[in-house]
Amino acid sequence: MKINFSPERIAVIIFVGAIAAAPFVIQNNYQIFMLTLIGLYTMLTVGLSLVMGYAGQASLGHATFYGLGAYITALLSARMGVPSWAALIAAGVLSALIGYVLGVPIFRLRGHYLAMATLGLNVIFVLIMKNEVAVTGGPSGFTDIPPLSVGGFVFDSDVKLYALVWAATLAVLAHALNIVNSRVGRALRAIHTSEVAAESLGVDANSFKLKVFALGAGYAGIAGGLYAQAIHFISPSSFDILVSIELVTMAAIGGLASIWGSIFGAATVVLLAQFIRDKLAEGLGLTGELEIIVFGFLLAIIMVLLPEGLTTGGLKLFREWRTRAKQ
Amino acid sequence: MSDVILEAKGIQKSFGGVMAVAGVSLTIRRKEIFALIGPNGAGKTTMFNLISGAYPLDQGEVFFDGKPVHGKPSYHIAAMGLIRTFQNLQIFNTMTVLENVMVGSHLRGTSGFLSAGFRLPGVAAEEKRLRDHAMEMLHLVGMESRANDLAPSLPFGQQRLVEIARALAASPKLLMLDEPAAGLTRPETRILDDLISRIRENGVTVLLVEHDMNLVMGIADRMAVLQYGSKIAEGTPAEMQANTDVIGAYLGVDWEMDMPFARTV
Repeated sequence: MKINFSPERIAVIIFVGAIAAAPFVIQNNYQIFMLTLIGLYTMLTVGLSLVMGYAGQASLGHATFYGLGAYITALLSARMGVPSWAALIAAGVLSALIGYVLGVPIFRLRGHYLAMATLGLNVIFVLIMKNEVAVTGGPSGFTDIPPLSVGGFVFDSDVKLYALVWAATLAVLAHALNIVNSRVGRALRAIHTSEVAAESLGVDANSFKLKVFALGAGYAGIAGGLYAQAIHFISPSSFDILVSIELVTMAAIGGLASIWGSIFGAATVVLLAQFIRDKLAEGLGLTGELEIIVFGFLLAIIMVLLPEGLTTGGLKLFREWRTRAKQ
Repeated sequence: MSDVILEAKGIQKSFGGVMAVAGVSLTIRRKEIFALIGPNGAGKTTMFNLISGAYPLDQGEVFFDGKPVHGKPSYHIAAMGLIRTFQNLQIFNTMTVLENVMVGSHLRGTSGFLSAGFRLPGVAAEEKRLRDHAMEMLHLVGMESRANDLAPSLPFGQQRLVEIARALAASPKLLMLDEPAAGLTRPETRILDDLISRIRENGVTVLLVEHDMNLVMGIADRMAVLQYGSKIAEGTPAEMQANTDVIGAYLGVDWEMDMPFARTV
C-alpha cells in the first residue's frame, strides 16, 4: 500500500507524536497538568469555533455547557452512584441535548440579540448553581467527585489524566475536522456568509444552527466531565462569564474558523494566563484578575487587525497572494 | 403531468405603506424561457422573493409543480426544484469556486452531523459524487479551470457564472435568474444568453428578471411587463414591442411631446 505523505499529514503525525512523547520528556507534574488543561480548553474552543467561526453564530456563554457537563458528572457519580465512565458519557450526551433544547428559543434571535441571550444563559446557569445549594453545593462547590475508572483502571495520576484528556481531545479534533470537511461543514460556512443564499439552495439553516450548537455543547460537556473527574472538586466560578470570554479569546487567537488553530489559541491563553498570574502580577506587586485586562485588550486588537484570527487571517493572506501570483 | 410548472394567483406584498406587488398573477409553462421585465422599482425582485419563499406573502397563492408553496420556507421550496439566483451576487466568500457549487449540490447528499462526524461508510463515496457533479456544473459554464480558486478572487462576470453553476447543481426544475446580465460586459452577456438557451435544452424552465428589455428580446419565449407592482401586459416579445402601454412604461407616455426632435436626430 502506498502511503500519502502530504505536508498536512506529516504535521499531524508530528503533532500526535509530540503529544505522546510529552509525558516522557516533561517530568514536572505541574507542567503535565498545564498540558492537560490545554487539552480541555482545546475541546471547548473547537466547539466554539464550529458555532462562531464556521456557522457564524455568536455564542458568549459557552462555559455554561462546560459547567453543565461538570455538574452532571458530579451529581451522577458522587450522589447517584452511577459508574464514573457512564457519568462522563451522560455528561456529553445530556449537555448536547440540553444545548439543542435551549437553542430552540435562542436561535430565533440573530446578531447582537443572540450574543446577549447566550451571555444571559451563562449568568442564569451560574446563579442556579450558586443557589441550589442542596443539589450543587452552592458557591462553596461540589466536593469528592470520584475519578474516572474503567474496568478497575483508575485515572488518578497527572500522567494518566494527561493521556485520558488528550485522547479525548484528539478524538474531538478528528470528529470536528470530519464535520468541517463535509457537506455539513460547507452548509455551516454557507449559513455564515449568507443565510438567504444557503436556504435558496435547500439548506435548512435553523436546523444546522441548532445541531452545531448542540455539538459544541456536547464537546464542552465531555470536557466539563473530564475536568470534574480530574480535579474532584467544582464550583460555579469555574464556569462563569469570564471563562466564556476566555474561550472566545482562545477561538479568536486560533482563528475563529480553524480547528487546528483551536489548540494554538487554547495553549496561548492558558500559558499566558499562568504567566500573568504567577510572574507578571507578582513582579508588579498587583493582585486580582490582571489576566482579564490583558485578554480583553488582546481580543480587541485581534478583532480590529486580524478579524479572522491569527492562523486563519495569516492563511488567507497567503492564499490571496498565491491566487494573485497565478493570474 | 400538467403543462404548467408555476402558477402565481393574485400575489400581493406591501412594505409599510408602499405596495410593492399589487395582486399579480403569472402562469409559466414547462420548458419555456419566461421573462419578467419592467422599469426599476416595478416589483420584479419582490415577485422573485415572494415566489421563492424569501418573503412571506400578504395575499395570494403560489403553486409549483401542482403543489401549493405559499407560506413554505424557502429551503423547502428549493428542495421541490425551484432554485433562484440573486441580483446582487450572494457568493460564499470564504469558499473556493468548487465548494460554492458543492453547496448547490447540498440536496443531492444526505450525510449529516452523525454520519459525517464519524465518517460512516458511504460518506466518502457521497463526497466524491457531489464533487464530480459540481465539476460537471462548472464545466457547463466553462469555469472548471478556476475550481480551486477562492470565489471572491474571480472577476464579477465569472462570479455570476459560478452562481448559475451553483444553482444548476441543485437540479432545478425551474431556474429563476434575477437580472443575470446586470454588470456584465457585452461578450459576457452573449455567453450568458447561450448558457440560458442550453439550460432550457436540458429541460429546465427559466424565469428571468430583467429591466433591460433588449437583452431578453432574443431569448424569451414569453414575457410579462410589470409597472408599479402591477402587470400591465403579457405576451411574446414581438407583441410587447408593439404594445403602447409597454412603450409608455419604459419611455414615458409623453415621450414625443417631451422630446420633439428625438425622431429626427
